[in-house]
Amino acid sequence: MARSVTTQRKIINTAAAWSIGFLIFFPILWTILTSFKTEATAIADPPVFLAFDWTLENYEVVLERSNYARFLWNSIFIAGGSTLLGLIVAIPAAWSMAFVPSRRTKDILLWMLSTKMLPAVGVLYPIYLMFIKLGLLDNRIGLTIVIMLINLPIIVWMLYTYFREIPGEILEAARMDGATLKSEILYVLTPMAVPGIASTLLLNFILAWNEAFWTLNLTAAKAAPLTAFIASYSSPEGLFYAKLSAASTMAIAPILILGWFSQKQLVRGLTFGAVK
Amino acid sequence: MGQIILEKVSKTFGDVEVIPPLDLTIEDGEFTVFVGPSGCGKSTLLRLIAGLEDMSSGTLKIDGEDATHVPPAKRGLAMVFQSYALYPHMSVRKNIAFPMRMAGVDKAEQDRRIEQAAAALNLTDYLERRPGQLSGGQRQRVAIGRAIVREPEAFLFDEPLSNLDAALRVGMRLEISELHKRLETTMIYVTHDQVEAMTMADKIVVLRAGHIEQVGSPLELYHKPRNSFVAGFIGSPKMNLIEGPEAAKHNAHSIGIRPEHIDVTDSGGQWQGRVAVAEHLGSDTFFHIHDTGLAETITVRATGEVGFRHGDTIHLTPRQDQIHRFDASGLRVE
Amino acid sequence: MATQHSRSAARMMMAPAVILLLGWMLVPLTMTLFFSFKKYLPMRGGDLGWVGFDNYIRFVTSSAFWPSVTATLVIVLGVLFITVVFGVLLAILLDQPMWGQGIVRILVIAPFFVMPTVSALVWKNMFMDPVNGLFAHLWQAFGLTPVEWLSQASLGSIVMIVSWQWLPFATLILLTAIQSLDSEQLEAAEMDGAPPLSRFGYITLPHLSRAITIVVLIQTIFLLSIFAEIFVTTQGSFGTRTLTYLIYQRVLESQNIGLGSAGGIYAVILANIMAVFLMRIVGKNLDA
Repeated sequence: MARSVTTQRKIINTAAAWSIGFLIFFPILWTILTSFKTEATAIADPPVFLAFDWTLENYEVVLERSNYARFLWNSIFIAGGSTLLGLIVAIPAAWSMAFVPSRRTKDILLWMLSTKMLPAVGVLYPIYLMFIKLGLLDNRIGLTIVIMLINLPIIVWMLYTYFREIPGEILEAARMDGATLKSEILYVLTPMAVPGIASTLLLNFILAWNEAFWTLNLTAAKAAPLTAFIASYSSPEGLFYAKLSAASTMAIAPILILGWFSQKQLVRGLTFGAVK
Repeated sequence: MGQIILEKVSKTFGDVEVIPPLDLTIEDGEFTVFVGPSGCGKSTLLRLIAGLEDMSSGTLKIDGEDATHVPPAKRGLAMVFQSYALYPHMSVRKNIAFPMRMAGVDKAEQDRRIEQAAAALNLTDYLERRPGQLSGGQRQRVAIGRAIVREPEAFLFDEPLSNLDAALRVGMRLEISELHKRLETTMIYVTHDQVEAMTMADKIVVLRAGHIEQVGSPLELYHKPRNSFVAGFIGSPKMNLIEGPEAAKHNAHSIGIRPEHIDVTDSGGQWQGRVAVAEHLGSDTFFHIHDTGLAETITVRATGEVGFRHGDTIHLTPRQDQIHRFDASGLRVE
Repeated sequence: MATQHSRSAARMMMAPAVILLLGWMLVPLTMTLFFSFKKYLPMRGGDLGWVGFDNYIRFVTSSAFWPSVTATLVIVLGVLFITVVFGVLLAILLDQPMWGQGIVRILVIAPFFVMPTVSALVWKNMFMDPVNGLFAHLWQAFGLTPVEWLSQASLGSIVMIVSWQWLPFATLILLTAIQSLDSEQLEAAEMDGAPPLSRFGYITLPHLSRAITIVVLIQTIFLLSIFAEIFVTTQGSFGTRTLTYLIYQRVLESQNIGLGSAGGIYAVILANIMAVFLMRIVGKNLDA
């Protein structure tokens, strides 16, 4: 709002917002701090915030105990692969819906979205069986395809909402200017939609990275991504706070850093293009 | 070369017939304006010619060749859109070059035509800018430039001036007219503004609900409107339409008299009324007159300063030779 | 804008997405339907023949069924309520002029990036543990008896964990919507003499309704199928067994595929009822 505000008001706003922001962020901060403590300090009462002997030993133990690099690579492979595959399938579909709408377009879009509501658990066993039959159990490619399919409706929807903001007249102008369908999508639509495509890519990468139903149920040792890596710490015997924190930090750090760096696109993406 | 012939062309959207079958010939080099109120199908007709919509039936011939099923890119037509439809991610130069790039014109020729178009349109200093950094009028020029470099058979304009402010609109109107005089290429121009139609056209096509109401030169339409719709649509302020006993005196269902064809006096006129609003423009004075017993309001345009004010009684005399007569179906009676 | 040519191109370009999703939906669903009419215990004899609607009846009459429906609803509605209410408040706060808005926004978004397994583990152990958790320390500092969160207030705890994960999402969407509100509208209302609370009720809130719809829709889609949070914290005990988790247990833990499949079909029906309801709202909003 373009109006002047008293400095006092601004101070109060700032204080309130910062406190709440800190509170919301605190669990993550506490996890990161704890990962640098010894196990004894980690459970000390009263808790220690900053005045402790910082140590990297937890990270060393976690890295020794499990093959972090493999989990990380699996996460990147699955999240990246499923997002790219999804975009390749979704861009033409979204083009059709946004620029050549028919009476059924809206129904198709809503139907796609409704497949997202299909409870995964309802089809867990059939998928499990198929994976065994096809030899895809604990296989990165199988998981990539499944995650692509569960996120596809969201990718299509997001792209559709972004494409719809592009005036159809511009694509018609391209057609009048002699562009084929391929050049129209390649030289006109895609460059204009780059911000939207970037947002879609980022958001779906994160959703895929954090997906924890199929990744837990369809992988074992070989193809397990970071969600499964961390779930292995839930068994009581493996429980040490500092090590748990180190493992957690390692699991969320890549996406946290990526998310912060691409905040602007992400905020756009988070609203699924549905709110302006 | 750009003669365009429409034969029995029609368009239906689902069950709705937007354009009933119509025939129209646009001669090579002619500046044709499609005019009509919004929703009359004028833009749809243009898009049918462009190939952006399929015709439901009929044939379209461009230069004698059947173009009914030719895709838009291959019809040799260039179009200027209402929103200009510039590519926002390309510089002005790239925007203008785009159709040539698609057609595979070689680079040197591209540059030559761009320089030429830019010089003609006063865009030379703006070639490296993005459309977002230009004013409305400049964007309009870029859109025209993009159309010119294709050296098309015909230009199609879809309400190109409606996004500009009034002053700029007059200027651009002149520029487009000059462009037409210089290039002598067929132009089809869609507008809802009858002033644009009157000032620019060689031939006006008045449309209502997809029907062609009349085709003719601006002055033909002004002097001999074929029906009461065209009579009311062409001319500003609108023609007064009078029904009832006054029309019966002229052996017509209704009569029409243009505001500029009524003389005002303070006594002794044929009709009498009370001034509701007087608009003094200096060059002209417009009166909106109530209580004449003819129609709710009679509009009169008097030349120069005429001193009647709100509430004054005013006497009116129509020029007998300028009265248009219409029958019950609205058709002109000679 | 469409010609025959572009319409057929459109159909071609839409085909891969439609076919993939259709296959993804129909093939496993048909198999689930097939299994649901069988007594099928892979570990104890395998396929033991057709049983008609037995599985369906057993699933609903089992003592675990209704509690699981209740648990599902409590979690979904609880999280929706918390995230929408706090989301609106937080969005309004973040919309005010302040220093370091960007940094606050980064802090507020952060939970969205945390994978569910991590957030569940961190909350369960480092905050809610009745001996070593931070909450226990805090309660003791005030001389109170630490709460055994995940057994005594299990559903509430899970609602809290999940709300923490989804609050950023709700806040961001609502913040974007608030920022798009034309400030002239608010100023006009102020000129008309509307006090702040009325301005909120008559202008801000109606303006947010579309954004709130989106939040509710998207979150419901994700919340109906939350799994990792329960898997990691309570494993479905202490009344936190949602429908999803109950079916999961029937299928993978008790290896009763027939019974689990019948449950799966129930879940599909439930999801479809919600889908029809939600899609109607979204369909309306899609045109707006």
